[in-house]
Amino acid sequence: MLTQLTHGIATMTRRRALAATAGLVLGLAASSSLAPAQAADDTIKVGILHSLSGTMAISETTLKDTILFLIDEQNKKGGVLGKKLEPVVVDPASNWPLFAEKARELITKDKVAVVFGCWTSVSRKSVLPVFKELNNILFYPVQYEGEESERNVFYTGAAPNQQAIPAVDYLMKEEKVKRWVLAGTDYVYPRTTNKILEAYLKSKGVAQDDIMINYTPFGHSDWQTIVADIKKFGSAGKKTAVVSTINGDANVPFYKELGNQGIKATDIPVVAFSVGEEELAGIDTKPLLGHLAAWNYFESIKTPANEKFIKEWQAYTKNPKRVTNDPMEAHYIGFNMWVKAVEKVKSTDPDKVIDALPGIEAPNLTGGVSQMLPNHHITKPVFIGEIKGNGQFDVVWKTPGLVAGDAWSKELEGSKDLIGDWVGKKCGNFNTKTNKCGGQGS
Amino acid sequence: MFANCIDRFRALFLSILLLSCLTVPALAGPFEDSVAKFANDEFSDTEAAIGEVAASGNALASPIISALQDGRLSADPDSKKVFITRTDGKIVDAATGAAVDKLPDNAAAVRLNNRLRRTVEAALGGLTLLSPDPAKRLAAAQSVFKSHEENVLPTVESALAKESVKSVKQAFAEARAAIILFKSDASDSDKLDAVAVVKARGDQEALALLTALGADQPPLVANAAASAVSSIQSNLAMWSMVQNAWYGVSLGSVLLLAAIGLAITFGVMGVINMAHGEMVMLGAYTTFVVQEVIRSRYPALFDYSLLIAVPLAFLVAGLIGVLIERTIIRFLYGRPLETLLATWGLSLVLQQAVRTAFGPTNREVGNPSWMSGAFELGQITITYNRLWILCFTLAVFAILLAMLRYTALGLEMRAVTQNRRMAASMGIATSRVDALTFGLGSGIAGIAGVALSQIDNVSPNLGQSYIIDSFMVVVFGGVGNLWGTLVGAFTLGIANKFLEPVAGAVLGKIAILVLIILFIQKRPRGLFALKGRAVEA
Repeated sequence: MLTQLTHGIATMTRRRALAATAGLVLGLAASSSLAPAQAADDTIKVGILHSLSGTMAISETTLKDTILFLIDEQNKKGGVLGKKLEPVVVDPASNWPLFAEKARELITKDKVAVVFGCWTSVSRKSVLPVFKELNNILFYPVQYEGEESERNVFYTGAAPNQQAIPAVDYLMKEEKVKRWVLAGTDYVYPRTTNKILEAYLKSKGVAQDDIMINYTPFGHSDWQTIVADIKKFGSAGKKTAVVSTINGDANVPFYKELGNQGIKATDIPVVAFSVGEEELAGIDTKPLLGHLAAWNYFESIKTPANEKFIKEWQAYTKNPKRVTNDPMEAHYIGFNMWVKAVEKVKSTDPDKVIDALPGIEAPNLTGGVSQMLPNHHITKPVFIGEIKGNGQFDVVWKTPGLVAGDAWSKELEGSKDLIGDWVGKKCGNFNTKTNKCGGQGS
Repeated sequence: MFANCIDRFRALFLSILLLSCLTVPALAGPFEDSVAKFANDEFSDTEAAIGEVAASGNALASPIISALQDGRLSADPDSKKVFITRTDGKIVDAATGAAVDKLPDNAAAVRLNNRLRRTVEAALGGLTLLSPDPAKRLAAAQSVFKSHEENVLPTVESALAKESVKSVKQAFAEARAAIILFKSDASDSDKLDAVAVVKARGDQEALALLTALGADQPPLVANAAASAVSSIQSNLAMWSMVQNAWYGVSLGSVLLLAAIGLAITFGVMGVINMAHGEMVMLGAYTTFVVQEVIRSRYPALFDYSLLIAVPLAFLVAGLIGVLIERTIIRFLYGRPLETLLATWGLSLVLQQAVRTAFGPTNREVGNPSWMSGAFELGQITITYNRLWILCFTLAVFAILLAMLRYTALGLEMRAVTQNRRMAASMGIATSRVDALTFGLGSGIAGIAGVALSQIDNVSPNLGQSYIIDSFMVVVFGGVGNLWGTLVGAFTLGIANKFLEPVAGAVLGKIAILVLIILFIQKRPRGLFALKGRAVEA
């Protein structure tokens, strides 16, 4: 989802001159964080491919800890197929080509049975060929732009129809919003999501004049002009809302500017798709009361499963304030689905597990049971939460049931006839109009 | 829904009239039932309860609704009892007004969503129009201006007649005008007067109100409104130029603050210091540590946390700077490529060290009360944090300039950087001066970190986002010249902010980079080039 490394063009020139040093230092960092991985036949190895250094460490380190925690819990229950699970942690250091190298290392050298990893779309795209070539399994836990369905990848985060579209529906129905600001960071996830949203809004009769689209560079920190523009756009006499696909790091200055310029949620609500409990930990949320976020999980949701998960997670990390978030829940679901599939076929052979996974069900933390679909996405509930003064969210709306993830958006011309079906059609982009598969994978 | 709302407001208005004419004793029964609805934890019930309580005329109505707005209203879902935590910490039963010792264990704050918050604001606006506190009356008048509900018109008019505070009276007049504009049976001349009042207000809310008026008005009124809209728009367009200029100055001050330390280490000493951004980051983390200590030990000092953090950040970053100079950079003078690689490696080491010590996630650095919020100047909004950062930057710049000009250390620094060998033969300990100069530059970067922690993320990556901009400013302004850095920073800031509304943030940034590249082709030494033999040394 986030691709923060490109801090503007200038980094490129710097990077070339300094690649040698950077490589050396990062290499050291990576090798020091390798878990002891002695070959032992009585364990099943699980690869963890999340950045522990570099710009993405801010988000991905938590996910590494989550999988370690889940493996620990599973081993306490006796492991899988009578064998203990053994984590193999590598550090791709927020460096996209290094993701591919580390994935190859996990599969060929460490011989892992499955990999949990990646955050940004570009890192996922970078490891795809490796997983296809070496035929292994990747569980990808982050909400993303969709338009993909691969045999070797299982997408446990939200597709656009499981996050963006329900959020817009909520604003239309509950807040009677008529004018829309689509603000995002300039890269593939916001651009694709906004393209889908724009098509969707127009199909609902919103005029072009009532949609303002704005993109900002990575790590944008001076929001004065844009916040003033939003204020101006919002003063046209129609209820206005901001749909934000702004990337993690730029959010803190954005929300601070909103708070300081006095834009309240009752006037112009902002609904965000990449702001969760972790991101809010860096801001005083009192001025942000009532701004919204759409996710498939919130820490504040009260279910016995969630309370147990939070308690055990805080005990495991020895930090009673450690928050949980949506991608963590995605890993929780994905991990349990993989365990069930392995136990069903009594083997960790990737081909057997891939065939067994569609149809597998695993409970989520919000009181429902998610199912793996033939397109390798899962069913999830969608929640809209309002920011509270303590950095948590208060759920104000949820979908009546679980929403099935669409690999291909129904709103876009190029993809509305496509479906992913790895059970019947054995194809990731089957065209239902022409009844043909567009080729293996995407 | 709308008719419902009107009914409620009609009832509300009647009750206010009743309340102001005769003091009605609190009614038992229905009022208590209404209050109990807050305990159901359903948004629709809460909405009904707000309407009923506001319309009840009970003396507790206003305290209940303002408590609801501030999150001080809690409800016990089992006993269906509702409590107000008063601003002085005392707790009362919302239905009876009787004092209560403490909240029941399972009482939780009554939840609101945005729609309900608007309902609360409108209800409170109606209830507090006649409040004895002028600030509350002003807030009430402003919320009536936004909601322009027809039913509160008589209350607004009576409040307007009684009002003695000038600014509040103006707000009441505007609120009255807003109501009349949307009142279906108001006469044309009343409406024309109302358009004039709203037009005189001239801000974006006035514009929103007039635009929302719609086309079903009498032609005379519609024409007047349309001309008012275009006049407000052209007025606002002029103000937006002023606003862009202010944003540019503000961005310039941030650039200057980030670059000013580099102007010393790179500009004066000629060291390509890629770890400059990390010094800024260390300053920001010092602020975080200071605030943590203050939060846990001396919460009363919170507003002074930044003042305490400034000298500490200078010391921390300055000492680390001296250490870096003594252990690494002094062996690399005159070898720019090695210096560049070494400091780049160092910046990664520092980032990872901070990541290990403080964790990879953002740390919360709070804004002291004097740096929060904004004020209106004409039609532009000026936020306090940006204003203070501008003042702070200029002060740091002035102090630095004075130091270089009037102190012995400043003289020695200039001597060493202009002609090292001659300075040495005059008895200046050049290696000591080198260490102190690098320490000074790093220390100032640390101070910049204190200010930047107020507007940006405090994360291990903080420095990276400023290093490129800092080099850009120093090179553009002219290496070795502090004034050049000042002019360079403000030029880039203002140019950026005037390009941004036209080209967008992404293209604007690219355009600035292209312009700088072209400029450097023409003037390789920047805006203010040093002349003479010193340049070649």
